[in-house]
Amino acid sequence: MSEIAVESFPRIRTGAKVRPVTQDAPVTRYLLIATTLVFSLTFLFAPLALVFVEAAAKGFSVFLEAFSEPDAIAAIKLTLLVAAIAVPANLVFGLAAAWSIAKFSFPGKSLLITLIDLPFSVSPVVSGLVYVLVFGAQGLFGKWLSAHGTQVIFAVPGIVLATIFVTFPFVARELIPLMQEQGTVEEEAALTLGASGFTTFVTVTLPNIKWGLLYGVLLCNARAMGEFGAVSVVSGHIRGLTNTIPLQVEILYNEYNTVAAFALSVLLASLALVTLGIKSFLEWRHADALAAGGGRH
Amino acid sequence: MTSPTLAGRHARRFKAPSVIPGFGVTFGYTLLYLGLVVLFPLATLVWRSSGLGLSGLYQIALEPRVAASLQTTFAVSFLAAGIDLFFGLIAAWTLTRYQFPGRRLLDAFVDLPFALPTAVAGISLAALYAPNGWFGAPLADLGVKIAFTRWGILVALVFIGLPFVVRTVQPIIAELETELEEASATLGASRLQTVVRVLLPPLVPALLTGFALAFARGVGEYGSVIFISGNIAYVSEIAPLLIIEKLEQYDYAGATGIATIMLAISFVALLVINLIQAWSRKRFGHV
Repeated sequence: MSEIAVESFPRIRTGAKVRPVTQDAPVTRYLLIATTLVFSLTFLFAPLALVFVEAAAKGFSVFLEAFSEPDAIAAIKLTLLVAAIAVPANLVFGLAAAWSIAKFSFPGKSLLITLIDLPFSVSPVVSGLVYVLVFGAQGLFGKWLSAHGTQVIFAVPGIVLATIFVTFPFVARELIPLMQEQGTVEEEAALTLGASGFTTFVTVTLPNIKWGLLYGVLLCNARAMGEFGAVSVVSGHIRGLTNTIPLQVEILYNEYNTVAAFALSVLLASLALVTLGIKSFLEWRHADALAAGGGRH
Repeated sequence: MTSPTLAGRHARRFKAPSVIPGFGVTFGYTLLYLGLVVLFPLATLVWRSSGLGLSGLYQIALEPRVAASLQTTFAVSFLAAGIDLFFGLIAAWTLTRYQFPGRRLLDAFVDLPFALPTAVAGISLAALYAPNGWFGAPLADLGVKIAFTRWGILVALVFIGLPFVVRTVQPIIAELETELEEASATLGASRLQTVVRVLLPPLVPALLTGFALAFARGVGEYGSVIFISGNIAYVSEIAPLLIIEKLEQYDYAGATGIATIMLAISFVALLVINLIQAWSRKRFGHV
């Protein structure tokens, strides 16, 4: 192969390897690659590795013991419960929002999209605070709620609401651009051929958006299970009752129970790794079925 | 020919006619859910702070501890976004333009700060840079203290902001046409001239957007910062932490005031991002 090339392009025979003009000099290349590697080793890999090393610092049995604590079990259960409510809620919203925005044309669309993205630009702590101002003891509905014997803040409903708020845009912002790209031709064909609206959605739209939907749900779930700031404001940190895994991690860490804190962190870090794995797989294998540039949060 | 009445009816319609069903239900639900979950609570915050008035907000912002925390938050976020801008551009360039073993893995790991819960990142960074940590111990020998100082906040915000720059710049680098580089080289430009005068200008809007996103995220960040910062009043206290402290002291006005200031800043950041993108669409034809 190389012999033939040399025969047909005699100028290469001079021995000097010609570098295409669009390539950087090897020195630059190695320098930039080295910088990237060192930077990501210190800032990305080291924090992740430390979680696993610290969790295993006192042996496997101590690591496992952290999960038999009743408070830890309660935290895991609460985290699962919160995600089980928040993710489907935002999934239904994402579908509804994407359907109305992508399949129809009406004025004010870009404003609506900006408003849907709003929770991403609000600090998690502020996200929690707004719910305290609405449902807290001194909040808008505080008196009414306490008169009716219900509590939202410092209780599970507040945690669910705050989680829904911070994970609000994930599914919608993945589906909207994707469904806009796909247009309405296929749905119109199905409807013309006599399919009902529901049948059209299930048999035409859903197969087209399934990977994008999975992508959005995945990111939504990761954030729902890992949310700290917003939940921290509304939870009240009642052990065994209103502590999610991240809040339990905080308490354990502040009590210098490092191994237990990192053991619970292993759970969340593994979730993050699985999320990144599936995410990369989807981007690699189903890139064409995802919105271009979508879901980058 | 369309009859004038029909045309008139079309003009009054909110949405363009379509055979696709379900607009009323999905649009109504979208507005209702958005209104209840996002807009109403945020409006409550604005309404509560309007009770304080501008002078009240000003007073809260000038409270020495609040002023110090706001200053720390903004200054460190700005610096962190700057560091992310520099290393993010290098990382984006490396990951898009070069082939090397482990590239795909590295590319996937850029999103780690998005995926890793902030509390986990927080305690991990704190342990890394603590005086007895993997990085903290050798740095302590050199007399450098990171954890429980402002530098700790910087480390956490650099971590949290990196993917914003990389992920905003990466698609633009991938789209750069090699023809332009070739033309530039053919016309006698050195590689450095090509990079600075041909390749970098179209990246500027994406870089600015990435910077603004990283900055905005840094200003609001809480979980990854509070463990490593040590939260020393007037030194390493961030504004979000002060909101929580005010809430714990039942100082709702104070908490609302700081939150309003932070919210205003995020809106300004959002506006700046939109302006950059509008300018970029006009100037370069892409976002």
